[in-house]
Amino acid sequence: MSDIILETRAVSKRFGAVQALSDVSFALRAGEVHGLAGENGAGKSTLIKILTGFYQPDEGEIILSGTAVRLDSPRAAQRQGISAVYQEINLIPERSVAENLFLGNEPRRFGVLIDRARMERSAAELLARYDLAIDPRARLGALGLGLQQMVSIARGVRLGARVAILDEPSSALTGTEVETLYRVVDRLKADGIAILFVSHRLSESYRLCDRLTVLRDGRVVASEAVADLPRAALIGAMLGRNAEAIHGNRPARTPREGVAAFEASGLRWRNRVRDVSFAVRPGEVVGLAGLLGSGRTETMKASFGAETKEGGAIRVGGSSVPSTTPGRSIAAGLAFLSEDRRAEGIFPKLSVAENLTATALPRIARFGFVSQRKQAAMVAEFTKVLGIKTAGPNAPITSLSGGNQQKVLLARCLATAPRAIMLDDPTRGIDVGAKAEVHEAINRLVEQGLGVLVTSSEMEELMALADRLIVLTEGAVTGATSTDGLEVQDVLDILAQPHEAVAHP
Amino acid sequence: MSVSGTSAAVRAEGAAPERRARLIALIQSRGAIGVLVLATIVASLRFPFFPTVANFENIGTAASFLGLVAIGQTFVIILGGFDLSVGSLIGLGSVLAAYALPYGWWAALLVPALAGGAVGLVDGLLIARAGMAPFIVTLAALLGVRGIALVLAKNSLVIATPGVFGLIANGQILGIDNLIWIVLIGFAIAAIVLNRTRYGVAVFAIGGNEEAARMLGVPVARIKVLTYVVSGTLAGLSGALLAAHLSSGISTAGQGEELKSIAAAVIGGVLLTGGVGTMAGALSGVLLLGLIENVIDQIGNLSSYYQNLASGVFLLIAVLIQTVLTRRRR
Repeated sequence: MSDIILETRAVSKRFGAVQALSDVSFALRAGEVHGLAGENGAGKSTLIKILTGFYQPDEGEIILSGTAVRLDSPRAAQRQGISAVYQEINLIPERSVAENLFLGNEPRRFGVLIDRARMERSAAELLARYDLAIDPRARLGALGLGLQQMVSIARGVRLGARVAILDEPSSALTGTEVETLYRVVDRLKADGIAILFVSHRLSESYRLCDRLTVLRDGRVVASEAVADLPRAALIGAMLGRNAEAIHGNRPARTPREGVAAFEASGLRWRNRVRDVSFAVRPGEVVGLAGLLGSGRTETMKASFGAETKEGGAIRVGGSSVPSTTPGRSIAAGLAFLSEDRRAEGIFPKLSVAENLTATALPRIARFGFVSQRKQAAMVAEFTKVLGIKTAGPNAPITSLSGGNQQKVLLARCLATAPRAIMLDDPTRGIDVGAKAEVHEAINRLVEQGLGVLVTSSEMEELMALADRLIVLTEGAVTGATSTDGLEVQDVLDILAQPHEAVAHP
Repeated sequence: MSVSGTSAAVRAEGAAPERRARLIALIQSRGAIGVLVLATIVASLRFPFFPTVANFENIGTAASFLGLVAIGQTFVIILGGFDLSVGSLIGLGSVLAAYALPYGWWAALLVPALAGGAVGLVDGLLIARAGMAPFIVTLAALLGVRGIALVLAKNSLVIATPGVFGLIANGQILGIDNLIWIVLIGFAIAAIVLNRTRYGVAVFAIGGNEEAARMLGVPVARIKVLTYVVSGTLAGLSGALLAAHLSSGISTAGQGEELKSIAAAVIGGVLLTGGVGTMAGALSGVLLLGLIENVIDQIGNLSSYYQNLASGVFLLIAVLIQTVLTRRRR
């Protein structure tokens, strides 16, 4: 194969107690599209942030065109010819396409005035080279997300990029936009630019990539030419099958018949949740199985009202929740634990007690005044039931370990006395001991008649928790199965089936 | 799928929303001019005192001090900040002009401008380098600068302005007051700087998405500091011209102009969140406020407090329309 442009050698990075990357070595060649795959927390974003100069590796080195380099800032990385396109566009939406392409080195007349005509001509030429039908004078924000990303790529190329990193470029694109992206990537390839491509859509990775590298728990677990890595092997590598032996802990239980604790029918949100229906009975754990980007988080958020659903109905305990907002959902008896503890979970400046009782204030307040006595009692109860290890109710939430923070958030959900609860990857980023405790707590609650919908980025964990699975692929339900007697491999097989039948609207 | 087919599809997909977005953008940037024209017509039909050359000159002269300040304020707001110090700088500028006049008319212009620029430099450094909030920094400057002006001159300083200094503010060229020329030329230069120089584009970029601007290589801190310097300088200059116009340095002059200049810019379609705005819009905003003042002044039986009420209502409506339009566009 052709020359190596960018290479990492034994790169490691740790954040506090978490080893984000260990000993990662891989090589990116000119004219190659190299896919980077892995689940949540596998280390993909850390690796990309190291390559784009946001983070410095603790160990190991980055080799660019044969020489070791230090990328100590995003701008340094750009100057070295590493250009990145993120899902969040890093351009100026209110300004024209041409201005965005040339910002900082606009062609000028008399050394002062910007030569708009020349700038727009050059912009048009550049866009034409990538076969992009974009008016250089159009406001960038008026373009679709996909074309904005193309503009971002074109800017990188104009500034002499040798490496283009496309971080989940296609998650929010429409069908035509994806086609445009494919075309641009092919052209970049022909121009000898190395492309690192991160996508959660397997069909896309197989369509575009020459080579795939899979990360899991911060390590490279596979790095193969696409032809040598069939789907099942890729998914196996991503999800792993070496998880702790927690499988089999699930107590035998019979879900109660009758009214569903929580039920969604025909749920729709953008093109991420497509006509999803399911029901969770009291005393039952239903697992939402799917790869990252399959719409599992979005399904939960749309059910809860954290995203405004565009269609479908939600029923909690048999009565419908007409227009869903988080407040109404909670009042109806539905609780939701976000996968993103830091951004959507804890109030970092508040205490354990304040965090725990945040959604249950109406239950412990009278005439708008929070009863200290009732608050203390509630905190004491849940601290005991869930085994939260804290210096005291007034300790800052951030003084707790990740696992114990998660238990506080679980307690916050339970404090509203819900009929059903949605747990999005509830043990993400917490240690094995805490994980087992969270599992025990969930099992106890289910015994008492709670309905639980759960996801996990670890297939083993999902199988250990759930009584049955609903399989999501690209936002649609593509299978359902009981977990009794099911092997991890069986689920991987379901996930590996290409779902061409799932139409993009 | 063929290449040309895809391109056509992409174009067709974007056409209708883009046309609406353009219309909305047009209303946002040019709406204030339309309202100004409309208000002028209505006032001319309704009030016989209004449509005279002398009255228009009155409005123009009276609005010129606010106009100069509004130029700087518009740069700052598009940048994503705001500058509360400009009202106090008018007061300080007018006092300094009175003190400096004995050394020459040029000193009476230069000293206030430099003092204003220096205050802007400190504000800008604290905001851009130390990362302090524009609100707090310029509020501190508002208080501090007014204090300095009052210390320098408890009462107003009467000055003789027979020479060049008085002529600058009170003379005419081609039958039009110099002050009007100054503010019009000021706005014209500002419009060119804003739209046709790297500095101007950088101001838009920072206001539009500061993090992205930094990533794209815009020297964010330097542009910010420079912009506050421009705003301060223009405010100091406005104070000097006021002193020349009134033949006195008045330490209490310019109170509330900081808020009026923000109001003028916002009425003129400059988004308070930054990244969007035009100089023509800001000028329209200044003239609209001037027109309201002028009309209410001359109706006679209305207290001047109604000026504030009318301005407030106008501002609220302008912001309401902006908000609705912005939401439509998203």
